[in-house]
Amino acid sequence: MAEESVKLLGYWASPFALRVKWALKLKGVHYEYVEENLPNKSPLLLRYNPVYKKIPVLVHNGKPLAESLLIIEYIDEAWKQNPLLPDDPYERANARLWAKFFDEKCVPEVMGAFASKGEEQEKAAKARENLKMLERALEGKPFFGGDKIGFLDIAVGWIGIWGRIVEEIAGVSLIDAETMPLLTAWLNNFLEVPVIKACIPSWHELLEHNKGFHKILTGSST
Amino acid sequence: MAQVQLFGLWGSPFSCRVEIALKLKGVEYEYIEEDLSNKSPLLLQYNPIHKKVPVLVHKRKPIAESLVILEYIDETWNERNPILPHDPYERATARFWAKFIDEKCIFALWKACWSEEKEREEAAREACEHLQTLEDVLKDKRFFGGDMIGLVDIVANFMGFWLGIIEEATGVKLLTEEKYPKLYKWSEEFVNCSAIKENLPPRDKLLAYMRARYGVSITY
Repeated sequence: MAEESVKLLGYWASPFALRVKWALKLKGVHYEYVEENLPNKSPLLLRYNPVYKKIPVLVHNGKPLAESLLIIEYIDEAWKQNPLLPDDPYERANARLWAKFFDEKCVPEVMGAFASKGEEQEKAAKARENLKMLERALEGKPFFGGDKIGFLDIAVGWIGIWGRIVEEIAGVSLIDAETMPLLTAWLNNFLEVPVIKACIPSWHELLEHNKGFHKILTGSST
Repeated sequence: MAQVQLFGLWGSPFSCRVEIALKLKGVEYEYIEEDLSNKSPLLLQYNPIHKKVPVLVHKRKPIAESLVILEYIDETWNERNPILPHDPYERATARFWAKFIDEKCIFALWKACWSEEKEREEAAREACEHLQTLEDVLKDKRFFGGDMIGLVDIVANFMGFWLGIIEEATGVKLLTEEKYPKLYKWSEEFVNCSAIKENLPPRDKLLAYMRARYGVSITY
């Protein structure tokens, strides 16, 4: 059998790259990680993702793929062990729908709260409203995937880390234990799973990095 | 109650996509036309989060978002006319271009047609860039899906049919045969496909709608 080559172009502080790392680790896929020196994008990245010019990019046997959720679906189909998406088409559709909802309705609101100067409380309130809706997909299960981690857990899980960072830097509340008990419990559980925890970057480094990012976005001086 | 129901909108390309897919698979369904200014209680019950069409209801279970619905249809009625290819890398590539069309192309094209004079140049530049990308993706294939229409062709229905009508209504010319010969040829093949042809909204009705909309937009 020909030797397989799997490469991930990522960035240490990117939650989207983290999603892909989690998927690869859960599948037990060996890969070479290539750190992109953002914002100086390498010629390789620009060649592999000419449309969006962004990480993460997965390169499997020389063939590149972009867009984190699409990459995860690909990983799930290319490596059959430890399935991430459910078998049933309706449940698969639901997992995809919720992941789309999270990316389109939760993430921009969280980013909005982070990047705002003066409107952070209003944007955080909207973010909380949308994040709360995710609890419908948990339905009293330990993970979105049921008894074990699945596609939606990997898609959403990073909010437990970055959400706390935004809370600290922007002075807002995003994941509230009182009003979101299911989400809070799930995050506490999910982020402690060894294979998940092992991929998470250093809290302190992430915080400092995002403080700098926040200054740029809001034009603040401290 | 029919086993398969589709809540849709006659002039919506997103709704049309689902009808094309159902037709390709030979699935019988009940079509329910929604009035967006007065959404039905059933729609709000089936799609409480987005409150939008299309919504497919199969055995009383609702699914929203056209791309998600298309994949559901492909996985559920999998004996004939596959919408997605078999190979995982080709599947991922098809999904990538479908997402690109939905997130970048359609919006850019729409903006280029309806923009104010001063924004039009920039909007047109972006729209043309995306059309060129699609031209390059298509290469010399008959359809994006190869010999048969696939996911990307269905999702590109806006370019295949709606765009030409909007161009006629607004006078903006974007997808021309000179600049994009392959894409232009594709759009002609696309509208002549039997599965597509029968599911497109009436051209005159859509043109009248776009003209009326354009008439409103230029009087402000």
